[in-house]
Amino acid sequence: MRNLTKALGYILLTIAALTFIYPFLWMASASLKPENEIGTLALISRNFSLRGYSAVFKQIPIGRALFNSGFVSITSTASVLVLSSMVGYALARLRFVGRDSIFNLVLLTMMIPGQLLLIPMYILVVRLGWTDSYRALIIPALISNMGIIVFRQFFKSLPQDLVDAARIDGCSDYRILFQIFWPLSKPVLITVGIITFIGSWNEVLWPLIVIRRWSMMTMPQMVTLFHVGGLAGAQVAAEMAAAMMLALPVIVAYLFFQRYFIESLALSGIKG
Amino acid sequence: MPEIAGVGPARARRPFFGRLAEQYRTSNKVGYVMVLPYIAHFLLFTAYPLVFALILVFNRWDIVTPMEFIGLRNIQRLFRDATFWTAVVNTLKFLCCHIPLQIVLSLLIAVILNGPIKFRSFFRGAFFLPFVISGAVVTILWQQLYSTDAGILNLILTRIGMQPVPWLTDPAWAIYSIAIMATWKNMGFYIVLFLAGLQNVPPELYEAASIDGANRTQQFWGITLPLLQPVMLLVVILSTIGGFSLFIEPFVMTGGGPAESTLSVVLYLYKQAFQFLRMGYAATIGFALAIMIFIVTFIQRRLLDTDQPV
Repeated sequence: MRNLTKALGYILLTIAALTFIYPFLWMASASLKPENEIGTLALISRNFSLRGYSAVFKQIPIGRALFNSGFVSITSTASVLVLSSMVGYALARLRFVGRDSIFNLVLLTMMIPGQLLLIPMYILVVRLGWTDSYRALIIPALISNMGIIVFRQFFKSLPQDLVDAARIDGCSDYRILFQIFWPLSKPVLITVGIITFIGSWNEVLWPLIVIRRWSMMTMPQMVTLFHVGGLAGAQVAAEMAAAMMLALPVIVAYLFFQRYFIESLALSGIKG
Repeated sequence: MPEIAGVGPARARRPFFGRLAEQYRTSNKVGYVMVLPYIAHFLLFTAYPLVFALILVFNRWDIVTPMEFIGLRNIQRLFRDATFWTAVVNTLKFLCCHIPLQIVLSLLIAVILNGPIKFRSFFRGAFFLPFVISGAVVTILWQQLYSTDAGILNLILTRIGMQPVPWLTDPAWAIYSIAIMATWKNMGFYIVLFLAGLQNVPPELYEAASIDGANRTQQFWGITLPLLQPVMLLVVILSTIGGFSLFIEPFVMTGGGPAESTLSVVLYLYKQAFQFLRMGYAATIGFALAIMIFIVTFIQRRLLDTDQPV
């Protein structure tokens, strides 16, 4: 009886895992198949070719989009780590009037749904003349409330002796933060880094609104418009190839740092 | 009495401001420099848009011509706008399918994974994969899988002797098809949340229960489920917010169709703003959306968390 339930558990898990992995394998395979073989379940075909990929490169500036996405995601992630940890440090370790009010403000603004600010944010970007530029994609993402809260919480747990000893040695607060606290904060830096990077890499609604020129588009936006705008025509292989190029960097990173991804992103749900 | 009432606050005020000034003098000024980026970001990208959104609610504006004050007409229009309410009903239909499916399946897999299972991290990793992938990829992929004539889902159904399903082409099916896809995308995330919840259940409880003669099923209903209530609440709230935020799925798959059956609130907001250039009305929809998210999460907290104050 016990063995039976155990076997049943494994069978269920395997079937479930297959339904989660197979579609991605199918997508990878479909991006390489000729059109007439796409509607089949087989993953391997003798007629594999890179024609889908070359069609994508011919029709849209996807290389530029890859660069744009990488540039935007890396810059905003680096900035979020530096600025949010700085604010988190001040809120956790420095004593000044208004500190608690600022922290409450961070908590409060985190509850505002992004969709509420979407239209006025768009108008702000138009007024600042930032449409069709990196500024529209990067500057609003330079700092994150979630990051501030996570850093503050972690910095509160570090021993005060560290700070006192550093102060006696004449360290400024900036050096305490970046030379003493940062090396001790690797798990938090990884967590905030992954949440920010994945969020930025996958973001599609905001770029759709503020970017119109093909040369300034990010990957998710360009792949979406390639598909929706009918540019891909009826070439399913090309659409799958474009989608693969958007997914692959994340999949590769995920395979190497799976545990960090899962722990970090699970936390993002709990923190909002 | 009036004398005291008049003097009291004045007396209290001076020490208060005095104390504040004193506290400011001893404050660490570096703190202000360090929080400056947040303050600047807050003023420009939260406070200003928030005030502007509120102004837009009372105005008609197409960005090109000057803003025109129209009082409460945007709000009146919202209440009479059948298309907006269709989008709300679509969201509710989505949630009615998505939430139960999400809870039952994630919990089932989490319970199995919590047992003595080999390759646990492989399975967990496989289930979590769609959650890290861009919604655009998942949607483009599933649109292909859902294709009525050429999709492999219908291919599998016909192979095992069933009728093909008009997943995205039939108004009665389309929103549920999107709900199934969303469940697939987010399940790994909820499995991880449930697993964390299961690992927090003290093992002594199960031991005590089995000494009292409770079998596994009774233990599940009597111990596991009640203790998982906080996780359950989190799952429901996060799925609800996700449901109200649906955009890329209908945008890519159906454009809101067929017959507006998959129109989501955010997609409607997007269309009002960027197809019809009705910025005031779109901002009004944004406010309505925020209010609905607040109300729904508030009610759910009350319903599911009966013994804890909100």
